[in-house]
Amino acid sequence: MDALIEKLKREIIQQLNLVDLKPEDIDADAPMFGEGLGLDSIDALELIVLLEKTYGIKIKDPKDGKEIFKSIKSMASYIHANGKS
Amino acid sequence: MKIPAYIGPDSIFSPLGFGTETNFSGIVSGRSALGLIQSAYSANPFCASLFDETIIDDIFEPLGKPSDFTRLEKISIMAVASVLKQSGISLSDNRTLLIYSTTKGNVNLLELDASSEIPENRVYLPVFTRLLGDYFNCANEPVIVSNACISGLLSMVIARRMLRAGNYDHIIVAGGDIVSEFTVSGFRSFNAMSDEPCRPYDASRKGINLGEAAAAVVLTRDRSLAGTVPVVMTGGASANDANHISGPSRDGQGLFLALEAAKLEAGITTAGFISAHGTATEFNDEMESIAFSRSGLSDVPLHSLKGYFGHTLGAAGLLESILGVHSLKTGKLIASAGFREKGVSGNINVIRETGNCSLNSFIKTASGFGGCNAAAVFTKEDAE
Amino acid sequence: MKPVISSFCHVKNNTVRVDAESQFEGDPLLPFPEFASSAFRHLGVAYPKFFKMDNLSKLALIASEYLFRADPAFLAVGGENTGIVLSNYASSLESDRIHAASIASKQAYFPSPSVFVYTLPNIMIGEISIRNRITGENAFFVTPFFNTNLIVSYVNLLLEEERTKACLCGWVELDGPAYEAFLYLVVPSSGTRKNSNFSEHSTDNINLLKNLGFGIL
Repeated sequence: MDALIEKLKREIIQQLNLVDLKPEDIDADAPMFGEGLGLDSIDALELIVLLEKTYGIKIKDPKDGKEIFKSIKSMASYIHANGKS
Repeated sequence: MKIPAYIGPDSIFSPLGFGTETNFSGIVSGRSALGLIQSAYSANPFCASLFDETIIDDIFEPLGKPSDFTRLEKISIMAVASVLKQSGISLSDNRTLLIYSTTKGNVNLLELDASSEIPENRVYLPVFTRLLGDYFNCANEPVIVSNACISGLLSMVIARRMLRAGNYDHIIVAGGDIVSEFTVSGFRSFNAMSDEPCRPYDASRKGINLGEAAAAVVLTRDRSLAGTVPVVMTGGASANDANHISGPSRDGQGLFLALEAAKLEAGITTAGFISAHGTATEFNDEMESIAFSRSGLSDVPLHSLKGYFGHTLGAAGLLESILGVHSLKTGKLIASAGFREKGVSGNINVIRETGNCSLNSFIKTASGFGGCNAAAVFTKEDAE
Repeated sequence: MKPVISSFCHVKNNTVRVDAESQFEGDPLLPFPEFASSAFRHLGVAYPKFFKMDNLSKLALIASEYLFRADPAFLAVGGENTGIVLSNYASSLESDRIHAASIASKQAYFPSPSVFVYTLPNIMIGEISIRNRITGENAFFVTPFFNTNLIVSYVNLLLEEERTKACLCGWVELDGPAYEAFLYLVVPSSGTRKNSNFSEHSTDNINLLKNLGFGIL
């Protein structure tokens, strides 16, 4: 799981153009939206693309995204449970 | 004292019909051009309003060789040619100007299997302009306005200002956009598309339908071109939300500012009806309801025409304004297709059934990516 | 009360010039994205959103940031009273091509919302508006070259009608490796920052200024 979390951090930084951030700057438990990373609605959609492109997982209802993308940890758990890493 | 900007002859070419009359009578009788589309480029079917290209080519024949022009060029040329014929205006008169509104132009030329008969450089909008300029022998280089989904309405607002300043006697405002894999895939990536006919302002709305169309209208200082019931464009403005490039602001500030400015210019506080943007996305319709409420327009009968034509992007503001003018002239309030139960928090008065009504003015609005918003007021001359 | 030009900015050849004076000179060999990052970082502002923009919007942001930094009084009329009127030739083709490439293969079909949103040239107006809380009139024109007469006459109309009190105007073009931005600020004459021969907002003056940054007259 830890390896997946580290990998995910790097992928998120790249996919979302979080240019000034390094993986060590990101807290895997912190909220991604609102405070924490402060991602926005386009970022949320990009995370859905990331899930499909890199992990082959298609979210059935985009509204589930809120729970899945709560934090990097919750995203990693979802991938672990549903996809091939 | 500035001379009024009259609304002269117009034309609409849409999958609902060729010519404004067909389109207007179509929506009066509740007909929609939306259908479920199975397409080579989309795994899942989607709901949209698309032309039958063979019909376009048949009607285009007298105007040129169909294979020399793209779909967008053909429908746009037909729309402009129609208003020139109806009005007797020539674009080679240097007191005339053509303003063309589009969001993506010939973007389908970027596709791998795009027709090889059309040079790829026609994807550049100024090359498209040059084609229109040459075709109509324009004395003044046509101007393209490309400002997301407000382009059509904004073009009219811009034209009105230029006309009233005295630089031109007539300005043809035309616009068009086509549905392509480019736009379908893009809106899909936003989860913005509905696979059913769209439901603006409705509690169960699921997103937009795309549509293609071209339209044209003459804005003129010449009252004799405005018909027996002259309609004047009495106000127009644009404003930016300054909130987010794709999400509208919670308080609808940009649309509110545009509305207030347009109403102020027209000298009105209310209107006979509102032809709103109503794309049927969760956020756009919600934002509009807030803005209309804040602007004191909660009781004004309101509709979106997207349920008949889909979202025609660069043509939308233009096509919908033209139909609004015809509503004014014929005293018809058009139902907001797809609406059953209000699903927005702002107070708005959505038109449920088409019917007769004495009308003196209407407000048209549009909103788009980039936080842009536009609003305009159209008023019957006697009512001023 | 004739509108006047307050300041102007050129971004070209990996250089940023405001009022014809160099503000930043990047390595001429850098491709645009790297030049853009270095030019923006040179400003020392904290605005991570910049790095999510596409190249066209980055170009517009750089030009407007340097311009506003040189002319902070410009926004004193208030965001509601400030308009933005921009133009270019290639529209958003740079991002259009990226989006088209992302859907070219059925096997690797991954359209990206953050690319798609930039496939409209007016997004740069949105970005500048968000950054500076500008909520006034907008217009984006696509023309074969910078149409001085069109921009000057339309902006002057907006000012005469008092629909706007100040306006950011110009040309922001990016197509492949070639790019160029020319932005300038127009204010009511009582707000003029300096007394220059080119102060009146006229077609002749803008034609002179647009070439001034690089010694071509």
